[in-house]
Amino acid sequence: MSETPDRSRIGKRLVIGIPMLWLLLFFLIPFAIVLKVSLSEGMIAQPPYGPILEWSEDSWLPAYVGSLFNYEWLLDDPLYITAYLNSIWMALVSTFFCLVIAYPMAYLIARSSPSTRTTLLMMVVLPFWTSSLLRIYALLGLLSPNGYINTVLMWSGLTSAPVQMLQTDFAVYLGIVFTYLPLMVLPLYATLEKLDESLLEASADLGASAVGTFWQVTLPLSGPGIAAGCLLVFIPAVGEYVIPALMGGPDQLMIGKVLYTEFFGNRDWPVASAVAIAMLAFLVIPFMMLRNSSALRGEV
Amino acid sequence: MTRGRIFLLATAAVGFLLLYVPLLILVIYSFNASRLVSVWGGWSTHWYVELFRNQAVLNAAWISIQVAVVSATVGTALGTLAGYVLSRFGRFRLRLFFTGMATAPIVMPEVVTGLSLLLLFIAMEQVIGWPSGRGLLTIIIAHSTFCLAYVAVIVQARLTDFDRSIEEAAQDLGGRQPWIFFQITLPVIAPALISGWLLSFTLSFDDLVIASFVSGPGASTLPMLIFSKVRLGVSPDVNALGTLIMAVVALGVFAGAWQMRRADRIRRRDEQRAMRGDA
Repeated sequence: MSETPDRSRIGKRLVIGIPMLWLLLFFLIPFAIVLKVSLSEGMIAQPPYGPILEWSEDSWLPAYVGSLFNYEWLLDDPLYITAYLNSIWMALVSTFFCLVIAYPMAYLIARSSPSTRTTLLMMVVLPFWTSSLLRIYALLGLLSPNGYINTVLMWSGLTSAPVQMLQTDFAVYLGIVFTYLPLMVLPLYATLEKLDESLLEASADLGASAVGTFWQVTLPLSGPGIAAGCLLVFIPAVGEYVIPALMGGPDQLMIGKVLYTEFFGNRDWPVASAVAIAMLAFLVIPFMMLRNSSALRGEV
Repeated sequence: MTRGRIFLLATAAVGFLLLYVPLLILVIYSFNASRLVSVWGGWSTHWYVELFRNQAVLNAAWISIQVAVVSATVGTALGTLAGYVLSRFGRFRLRLFFTGMATAPIVMPEVVTGLSLLLLFIAMEQVIGWPSGRGLLTIIIAHSTFCLAYVAVIVQARLTDFDRSIEEAAQDLGGRQPWIFFQITLPVIAPALISGWLLSFTLSFDDLVIASFVSGPGASTLPMLIFSKVRLGVSPDVNALGTLIMAVVALGVFAGAWQMRRADRIRRRDEQRAMRGDA
């Protein structure tokens, strides 16, 4: 060995320490602060929340004055529970449609000749690299009451008045599918491309129909890609703010939008923090455990 | 053609149409002379001229570019270290903790990340007086953090694929650790760093939610400006802006694909030569 163990240990600590310190400071500690604010009471002050510890003259230790008040509030008001369930439901439905639309695309790409494959892949990647906000804006233009779809519908005489498409659940589903479609196609393509053709041939030789082979062989083998794609779409879709804000109706509840409104609209920071903590507890922690345990490693 | 093949082509076509029809219409209508969104008033580059005269758009674009370049660079540097730790350091204390923290920003809902970072910056300002106010710096810190996570995953995957024996050979020949990293590891994973940087740049350039939490009144990024424009109603100059951004991205993607194919061709030619035994 050319270097002393001491030097290499210091180097190693430095390499671990720099990203660790950054993440502690700008990722972990912020959540501790959110947790703290969620236990405090809303106040008209700057910043608008009270302390959770109070020092008094007769004791060395500060007294804990925080409470679960904000969490009780979340449970008491059906608005929040509805918003959670609605977000999960809408994300599930959109993920399902994403999968149904993306699967044939990924399958086609994986089965085409190498040069066509590059072109088709580029066609999937291109929208993914363009701004998602601008893509939503393009969709808005298509769906709006005086937009292109309604213009065509009215011109052809199918309807006499514009069809209301924006500010409906349909618009939000379409928006999520449209935005996240590439994220579903890419992992599906990655697994389908690695699929061993000889297995398909074997299945055909043993007398399975093309449809039978698909259900019995192709689909089960693409399981990891399906799981990775679904997670990549489902998780951000649950917390989505931009799409429901621009395309959904004013009374349509999604939890990301609720948090945003509590914070910026009502300026109720403690409740917004409690919503954030509940969101983490119900969504992110189970999914991180799932992600670490399953075959998804390396796919995401 | 079998029925199955026709069915496959038809269903895949639906997906590609869904991806491209809205974008195509956006591009066409960016050249519309009319103020009305759905009325065609003839070809014109009026909205492009308007766009380049709009100081607010130019300022916001400049802020977004600065933020994206710095965040992608900081995120790539930190993410490379993190990815290296994840794939090369084996077991160490706090490994699980480190892995969790390094990848969690990817799955965190944006509203939660934005809120938590804003509360951090406010608390820091109260306690140590830094950062005073919010603006470019706080957006960059926030963006660097999620860029770090994406780059770490990409670098880790790349390092896991690449044969460790090259590094070991260098070590046997007496190379010291930092030297091996800069002379051997880094050049090998360079493509992963480039794609990580580009992904980071795009994610940062695109982010609306986190930036609106952590930015101050002085710093409005391009997505923040577009969002407020869209909220007020459809304005045709956004079509022009969208078309420009798509043109830049398309150029980049084409150039990237071309470069990859060229590298591939050269590699294959070299392999053939090596097989034949030419110099």
